[in-house]
Amino acid sequence: MELLFEKSREGRGCDLLPPLDVPPAHLMEGMERKRPLRLPQIAEVDLSRHYSALERRSHGVNDGFYPLGSCTMKYDPKVDDEMAALPGFAGVHPLQGPDTVQGCLEVLYLAEELLCEITGMEAMTFQPAAGAHGEFTALLMVKKYHQSRGDAARTKVIVPDSAHGTNPASAAMCGFTVVNVPSDPKGGVDLEALRAAMGPDVAALMLTNPNTLGLFDANILEITQIVHDAGGLCYYDGANLNAVMGVVRPGDMGFDLVHLNLHKTFATPHGGGGPGAGPVGCKGFLKDFLPAGHVEEGEAGLELRDPAQSIGRVKSFYGNFGVVVRALTYILTLGAEGIREAAQVAVLNANYLREQLRGSYDVAYGDGPCMHEFVLTLEGLKKETGISAMDVSKALLDHGIHPPTMYFPLIVDEALMFEPTETESRETLDHAAQVLREIRAQADREPEALHTAPHHAAIGRPDEVNAARHPVLRYVFPEDRA
Amino acid sequence: MGNYLPSSAAERQEMLASLGCERIDDLYCQVPEEMKLDRLDLPAGKSELEVRRIMESIAAKNTVFPSVFRGAGAYRHYIPAIVKNVASKETFVTAYTPYQAEISQGVLQSIFEYQTMICELTGMDVSNASVYDGASAAAEAVAMCRDRKRDTVLVSAAAHPMVRQTIETYCFGSGMKVKYVPMKNGFTDEEALAGLLDGSVACFYLQQPNFYGRIERAGEIGQAVHGAGAKYIMGVDPIAMAVLKPPGECGADIAVGEGQSLGLPLSFGGPYLGFMAATQAMMRKLPGRIVGETTDHDGQRAFVLTLQAREQHIRREKASSNICSNQALCAMTAAVYMAAMGPEGMRKAAESCMAHARYAAERICSVPGFDMVYPGPYFNEFAATCPCKPEKLLAGLADRGILGGLPLENGSILWCATEMNTKDEIDALERAIREVV
Repeated sequence: MELLFEKSREGRGCDLLPPLDVPPAHLMEGMERKRPLRLPQIAEVDLSRHYSALERRSHGVNDGFYPLGSCTMKYDPKVDDEMAALPGFAGVHPLQGPDTVQGCLEVLYLAEELLCEITGMEAMTFQPAAGAHGEFTALLMVKKYHQSRGDAARTKVIVPDSAHGTNPASAAMCGFTVVNVPSDPKGGVDLEALRAAMGPDVAALMLTNPNTLGLFDANILEITQIVHDAGGLCYYDGANLNAVMGVVRPGDMGFDLVHLNLHKTFATPHGGGGPGAGPVGCKGFLKDFLPAGHVEEGEAGLELRDPAQSIGRVKSFYGNFGVVVRALTYILTLGAEGIREAAQVAVLNANYLREQLRGSYDVAYGDGPCMHEFVLTLEGLKKETGISAMDVSKALLDHGIHPPTMYFPLIVDEALMFEPTETESRETLDHAAQVLREIRAQADREPEALHTAPHHAAIGRPDEVNAARHPVLRYVFPEDRA
Repeated sequence: MGNYLPSSAAERQEMLASLGCERIDDLYCQVPEEMKLDRLDLPAGKSELEVRRIMESIAAKNTVFPSVFRGAGAYRHYIPAIVKNVASKETFVTAYTPYQAEISQGVLQSIFEYQTMICELTGMDVSNASVYDGASAAAEAVAMCRDRKRDTVLVSAAAHPMVRQTIETYCFGSGMKVKYVPMKNGFTDEEALAGLLDGSVACFYLQQPNFYGRIERAGEIGQAVHGAGAKYIMGVDPIAMAVLKPPGECGADIAVGEGQSLGLPLSFGGPYLGFMAATQAMMRKLPGRIVGETTDHDGQRAFVLTLQAREQHIRREKASSNICSNQALCAMTAAVYMAAMGPEGMRKAAESCMAHARYAAERICSVPGFDMVYPGPYFNEFAATCPCKPEKLLAGLADRGILGGLPLENGSILWCATEMNTKDEIDALERAIREVV
């Protein structure tokens, strides 16, 4: 499809701004831009159609089942978007005086109160703009906390080998050395390996529970105890909270800090890659280390205060506020029972789909029930038929189903990680299972058709090697071509 | 109670039974009993109408000013209808990161177009698909410049305070040292900069126009920075780029900025957009998603996420950054804004900002006791003295529906005007100031 730049024609455009009603002002000589600003010149009708065409070449939650593991692609309620767009929120400047933003501060205050109850934490910041940003924020708090006690020797962060890649990357950004601990044969944290890794140099453990295999680690209290006994802190990666919210809380599992992904668990839309929101909650003893600008009750109402030993700021202002408005709307709608029910049905749907697929595919670590997601391993299928996790994923595209997360977690070969979420009906799950069974049969019957899938998408499989080897990262204008 | 569950209670019971379970709690058998909650201490769920009433009543506690003369990092600009329309298209709003290229060509192409526009705007070679905001973009840019020998970052004291604080926080993590280059007459002190540029300096961060609205000698500063072997990072206002010399013409190695002005509402500080572009030489150090063009097996044009060997999901602790989710929808919004405005519209917006700021400065400084703090060139913001306590003036203006400038520590006020402030509005501001002081 043509780019906007290729549709551009000299002299076209939209007339959006009035003529000047005051005398013009000019830049001093030498300050002006020399190069022409080559933005598209395009009429509104063509611009509008361009994006309608791009929308048709995309896939969102409303275009079909989207069981992308660890991403919690649940339905995004429409009222949430409307509330975020209320002029009373969208039109507020972030540097207005506190007396004129009491509503915005109340959103943050109330969301903090509700999410602290859901997580078992005592204070929360909304400044982090995404999950990884939350991890980074929480680990900086860990660093500052240890330093405040004069304990500068804690330079290591423990990360299980099943963890999301953001965990080790966030730890590295905070100057920590990453120590990977293996999983045990049941898929949980290997307690012996964890004990062996412990010492006076350990700052924290980062853990997702349920983990990326979709398993709840039954040893969780022992795990957090081992870390605490060694003087380390326990950090909960909230990517998988959707499995357990309202059932069990990270705070009660022994965690000291937690980040949440509002764009996963709390139904805010993901926008094709963002904006999300990654608030960080902590126990009371860490409250003083939260980022600058925490909402607290003052004499004249709510106000923003800088905690005494704050790590500082991780971005301007107070986070992706519009996303917090959406999440608050969602939580108020569901309430205590609805939150728990959402988690329960997410777990039910995952177990139901997993059972439908057993017999056709091998389930990794599939002995007991799973939580909100499960992992298939196609190692056997690949050996038998040559059909890989990639092939099955691409075949799903032809059936209007978004593939599961592929090749993750890294500890499972040919992994496909399914997270159906609670907002799918039994018919959708049955249909997906039926499609996957057909693909399994096709693997024996006509493997070549799977190797070349998808056949009905906007494009066939792209040449990613060429893309990385000869990067073309922008449109090159004809006059710039060598 | 509201919920978004499509399955009925009876259906769920049947599904449970098919799993050989009686109660849903059986599925949570791995969770130790002693940890399980009885019930969350949260309010009961509510209908959509009830929740709407609650949220509307909370929103009503805010003041939305009809007339705004405050910027300082968040700017009120005109948002064309087409921009809002595209940014609310269902599929764009609800898609995840475009991991599956075959069904994500629309999202990927929109980011590719965004990257091209950011390159054009900044005059740089390559752009990423966005980061969280302008401040985190500045901090990520600093991290790109670190090498074994150079671990100090110099930051202009005339940069936005929140950008400075964000750089400091990221450097607390990475262990880089932050030093400030002081200000002189509202500009970065070039002599002081020259004195600080030694072999330990990895980079210098300059904001253009700076926090006080002043237009820095960015080209000359760039030469000094490069002369010392350090990298040059510029944080720029994207609207100003339509008329002002862009980073690419000032020798910058990395250009970053807050993209909120490109079609995003004020929304109490977010979601905004951090844009980030660099020279070809620094391409592989860029953090986050980057979209590239390639072909599919039939030779058709195709777009993919590329250069992923930099990223956390491949490189884990050795990644160039931990960033995963970015601000994709905001980036698309910015692209629609730039395309709708076009080169002419962007220039018109920038010129309107300058002209209205100039007119506002003249009207404000016609009132006795109000004077420009710094003489000389500015874009759409300027600091002016205030003969009374700024709080008194600003409260008086607020009573008249005007959000005045931002009070600064030295008792002056940082004013801002954009294309949204009409002549009548500025004249009304002058009258209001005269009434209050």
